Amino acid sequence: MAVLVNKDSKVIVQGFTGTEGTFHATQMIEYGTNVVGGVTPGKGGSEHLSRPVFNTVKEAVDKAGADTSIIFVPPAFAADAIMEAATAGIKVIICITEGIPVQDMVKAREYIKGFDCRLIGPNCPGVITAEEAKVGIMPGFVFKKGKIGIVSKSGTLTYEAADQAVKAGLGISTAIGIGGDPIIGTTTREAVELLMNDPETEGIIMIGEIGGNMEAEAAQWIRDNATKPVVGFIAGQTAPPGRRMGHAGAIIGGADDTAAAKMKIMGECGIHVVASPADIGKTMAEVLKK
Amino acid sequence: MNLHEYQAKELLKKYNVPTQEGLAVATVEEAVAAYKDIAAASGSKFAVVKAQIHAGGRGKGTMKEVPAQHGVQVVKSEENIAEVAKNILGNTLVTIQTGEAGKVVNKIYVAKDMYYDGPSERQEFYLSILLDRATKQNVIMYSTEGGMDIEEVAHSTPEKIFKEWVKPGFPLAGFQARNIAFNLGLTGEANKNMVKFVTNLYNAYVGLDCAMLEINPLFKAADDQILAVDCKMNLDDNALIRHKDLAELRDTTEEDPTEVEAGEYNLNYVKLDGNVGCMVNGAGLAMATMDMIKLAGGEPANFLDVGGTANATTVEAGFRIIMKDPNVKAILINIFGGIVRCDRVAAGVIEAYKNLGNINIPIIVRLQGTNAEEAKKLIEASGLQVQSAILLSEAAELVQKAVQG
Repeated sequence: MAVLVNKDSKVIVQGFTGTEGTFHATQMIEYGTNVVGGVTPGKGGSEHLSRPVFNTVKEAVDKAGADTSIIFVPPAFAADAIMEAATAGIKVIICITEGIPVQDMVKAREYIKGFDCRLIGPNCPGVITAEEAKVGIMPGFVFKKGKIGIVSKSGTLTYEAADQAVKAGLGISTAIGIGGDPIIGTTTREAVELLMNDPETEGIIMIGEIGGNMEAEAAQWIRDNATKPVVGFIAGQTAPPGRRMGHAGAIIGGADDTAAAKMKIMGECGIHVVASPADIGKTMAEVLKK
Repeated sequence: MNLHEYQAKELLKKYNVPTQEGLAVATVEEAVAAYKDIAAASGSKFAVVKAQIHAGGRGKGTMKEVPAQHGVQVVKSEENIAEVAKNILGNTLVTIQTGEAGKVVNKIYVAKDMYYDGPSERQEFYLSILLDRATKQNVIMYSTEGGMDIEEVAHSTPEKIFKEWVKPGFPLAGFQARNIAFNLGLTGEANKNMVKFVTNLYNAYVGLDCAMLEINPLFKAADDQILAVDCKMNLDDNALIRHKDLAELRDTTEEDPTEVEAGEYNLNYVKLDGNVGCMVNGAGLAMATMDMIKLAGGEPANFLDVGGTANATTVEAGFRIIMKDPNVKAILINIFGGIVRCDRVAAGVIEAYKNLGNINIPIIVRLQGTNAEEAKKLIEASGLQVQSAILLSEAAELVQKAVQG
């Protein structure tokens, strides 16, 4: 079970034959992900990693029954890849690409509204359902099967949180990297909602960072709908205003998107907020014991 | 990426957005020549001199070396402009946005004076275009309160700020452009000119892939012309891949030299004021590490994301960049090895450490993930003055000892 991806997901890789696509597709296949093929325009009909290569996503859907796509296409063409996947009928589109022009994403997000699909990312580590399917670039061995769901804007901080949860004896159900860009497909609130409705998930770790209002929105939803405990952390308590901290979305614009403001509202909404990233796993274990 | 006012105005012209015209110059002689040209063309002895730096508040700001001289000044003779140009060029302008250090002015913009008399009243408005993350649409924000600090207006008189959201993939609709002109209280020719102005300005915003475009003041001259007197343009760094010509407009003298150097190694570095340096893979973990340093009693000296490939070259570059800062009393390296193997990173740290010779401050290396145990052994066996940790909590304790000791 878990959410978004599982052992039955039929995954294709867009940008399959490129360096990144090849490397991570290999890792995903080793993890046991059901990769049914890939798309590289112009290389259709050939084989790569013992799987068929298609010219278009439509072909991959028709011939290989693909329902999930992971995108490693370069930034200038990634928004187009997202729109192609949606149009072809892919249900879960996971875009790893970092550095997509913002206006491209504004258009792509509007475009996919009319389709029955969910976009995760861009600029994200992907989604992993422990010991079933890894559709992303995360180190698979960290994510031992268990009962904690993770929602995070950041890559390595997700691995950190997962590692702590595993070491605390809790394990991971599904970890969703939603991405660090200003425009992303799935918000913190939507990802939390998915995990809240997942019977395999007993607790949720929500990791945010400075910039935007997604954590506040998620916190208000949690206040009204939570059926499981949520532990939260916001990165960037020491970030100066007005400076972009690596992620394009991580910039403090006003008083409401500072770490302090987000942590305050999260605390008020019943989330167990930790000040130190070293305390995430420990706190989740304590909260679940209660 | 930020642009100078004169660069932004050149770009706006290509989109038929009227601006206060002028010439950017770097010497007193050029300034006088520019003044003569402008005076001849406008038939007025008045012109405006504006210091070109990447910071606002220039009009109220003053020159460090010549405290009586502001960053923006009206001039009315050749002697006058020569003196003002001499006061500003090569000197340091301190404004509310530059901090105490100020910024050296390498160019001034000599511009036509647009505040001439005429049949109608002159007016100053505010207008900016940016991305509204909440609605995921571009929004045009505008106000009748031009020339002022817009955050102050938003705070004290929010009813004076109007917004127009633009549907993604569409140009600004005609009725929206008219809304703007009417909400600003414009009639007749001025109204028509404003409709053209905002329509073209929105095209420029999209066409140039701006992250933010601010016109303050947006000016109605006494003859009903609508034009941009000032312009702040910030381009989307991600979009520079398709604007090679715009990428060339980057002025690295406006940026922190260490940050520029870091960029050459593909390191993402932001200088801060603390005493504990850090080097981390991943932006989120880097921010989290800074927070942890603070909780451990230190202050982060920087943000530094080494990205997905932490090897000997990037680690060595990171070390050198962090150690340029004399305030750094300890360095924490925090790498979560996923695809990158920790033992490789450890080997890189040891090599970089040896290449750099004497490092007289404590180095704490926390490596977790793939081959973390092997990495710890490598570091301990190296005989270097490096403390190693595996858990984040252990690293925090070591930082605490380092800042207290």
